[in-house]
Amino acid sequence: MKDTINVAYVAELARIELTPEEQQLFQRQLETVVRYVEKIGRLELSGIEPTQHGQNLVNVFREDQTVAAESEARELFLANAPERNGYEFRLPKIVEEA
Amino acid sequence: MDVAGLTLCAAVEGLRKKTYSSVELTRAVLDAIREKDGALHAYLSVDEEGALRQAAAADAARAAGHDTDLLGIPVAIKDLINVEGQPCTCASNMMQGYVAPYDATVAARLRAAGAVFAGRTNMDEFAMGSSSETSAFKVTRNPHDLERVPGGSSGGSAAAVAGGEAIAALGSDTGGSIRQPAAFCGCVGLKPSYGRVSRYGVTAYASSLDQVGPMTRTVEDAAVLLQTLAGVDPHDGTTLDTPVPDYRAALVGGVRGLRIGLPKEYFVDGTDPEVMACVRRAVDACATAGAEIVEVSLPHTEYAVAVYCIVGTAEASANLARFDGVRYGHRTSRPASVFDLYARSRAEGFGQEVKRRIILGTYVLSSGYYDAYYGRAQKVRTLIRRDFTEAFERCDVLFTPVAPTPAYRIGERCEDPLTMYLGDTFTVPASLAGICGLSVPCGRTAAGLPVGLQILGPAFGESVVLRAGQAVEQEVRA
Repeated sequence: MKDTINVAYVAELARIELTPEEQQLFQRQLETVVRYVEKIGRLELSGIEPTQHGQNLVNVFREDQTVAAESEARELFLANAPERNGYEFRLPKIVEEA
Repeated sequence: MDVAGLTLCAAVEGLRKKTYSSVELTRAVLDAIREKDGALHAYLSVDEEGALRQAAAADAARAAGHDTDLLGIPVAIKDLINVEGQPCTCASNMMQGYVAPYDATVAARLRAAGAVFAGRTNMDEFAMGSSSETSAFKVTRNPHDLERVPGGSSGGSAAAVAGGEAIAALGSDTGGSIRQPAAFCGCVGLKPSYGRVSRYGVTAYASSLDQVGPMTRTVEDAAVLLQTLAGVDPHDGTTLDTPVPDYRAALVGGVRGLRIGLPKEYFVDGTDPEVMACVRRAVDACATAGAEIVEVSLPHTEYAVAVYCIVGTAEASANLARFDGVRYGHRTSRPASVFDLYARSRAEGFGQEVKRRIILGTYVLSSGYYDAYYGRAQKVRTLIRRDFTEAFERCDVLFTPVAPTPAYRIGERCEDPLTMYLGDTFTVPASLAGICGLSVPCGRTAAGLPVGLQILGPAFGESVVLRAGQAVEQEVRA
């Protein structure tokens, strides 16, 4: 863990546009946090199983349920769309120039 | 009527005895909000008409012979829990204007019990913060000192309950977000064990940690509210199908014979002496009442905040990937490309703390770093869990401070994220272990700021934690 976080690059991976000021601020702040969390590198962890959850759970299954397309729920969900076209989400043109 | 000081249990007795109706009670809460919230800023939105309609329906149900422990009781809701037809902004510009299309399971359970939705409380944006200052909309004030933070992220719920603007409230806790604001504001807050309460319809921050829980004036009120919230939910595969005990019945019994563990890693220099004195006083009171005090060790405590920083942000970066400006939430104007649509919608919709955590989470999950950070953190999490399992072989509950300090001044920790994160030192380990924890008032500083005692119990040990909390409430006059 010698190199540290490159905020400009990671922000691109995270799909967040940063202003130059934010980039500079986060670089400084997150370097401090990354240095801090590196303390877990000190522990001997061979043979230790990872914990993924708060409880030990096995797979939980249930039947899929279908909801009628004309249900009120459809209108409620679409009402939150930034832009809609009837019963469709409307999006800006996504074909980019070559 | 005055709702300040009115407990949930007293309120439902008042309704049963017809001392007042739910409409009168709800009106009193709405009046208190109108009168006090200009100073406290605990609420983001209040649907007065809707609340009064629900109250009238509750009165009609009661007149028809129905009764539950929540019938006609107004409950404030943290603004990340979906209630059909109400806003659910998560205190973020990203979700401004969003109207919840369905009830979260916890909301549906309250609705089925006849509770009234009193209003939506302020919080840190997407529950990311410990002071409620990262809210995009307002800074909630601590009712005991308006210049201080109420804690966070459920700061609005805590301030509303402690400040006499709500009888009871729901909060959510990922790394301390119920327990710490309860301590800062001087109310009771319970983080249930992971899997005890459904998270369906609750905006996710870190899915392996998030839990919804009650914030109330008394331990008994917390027990009553938890009774309605707890239980398996087919909509949330992380809920466990284990029986829900009668929590109120578990309150009797006191602490005689109870083994109270004091983890030595939580009683170290660096904690405010006044906080420590209050916690010690609670421990002594319980010892006098017949509890057995044992010293235990949780040796991996010092790694908990680091593990939380990794696990919490990693899960946040995945959960918040859904905010892409496509189906709901903020969308930027005139994006030049798909990348631009995502990157600018997110840049404009999220505040700084949310951006920081998403970026850190993306980093710890990224190629070449995953094993060193996320992989290792999950293994250290196993060690933290094991610490608690071993400690609970020697004691029934653990007593610790909730936070190293009382409520601090607004703005004091905004410039330095790491200092803010380290304030969660005592609450984060229990979250990582999936166990339950109660914050109960145990005194005040000379300046009059409340201090909270944290009572931790094993997974699904809510009964014993509530019983110990009830005893502390009776033995220690806060």
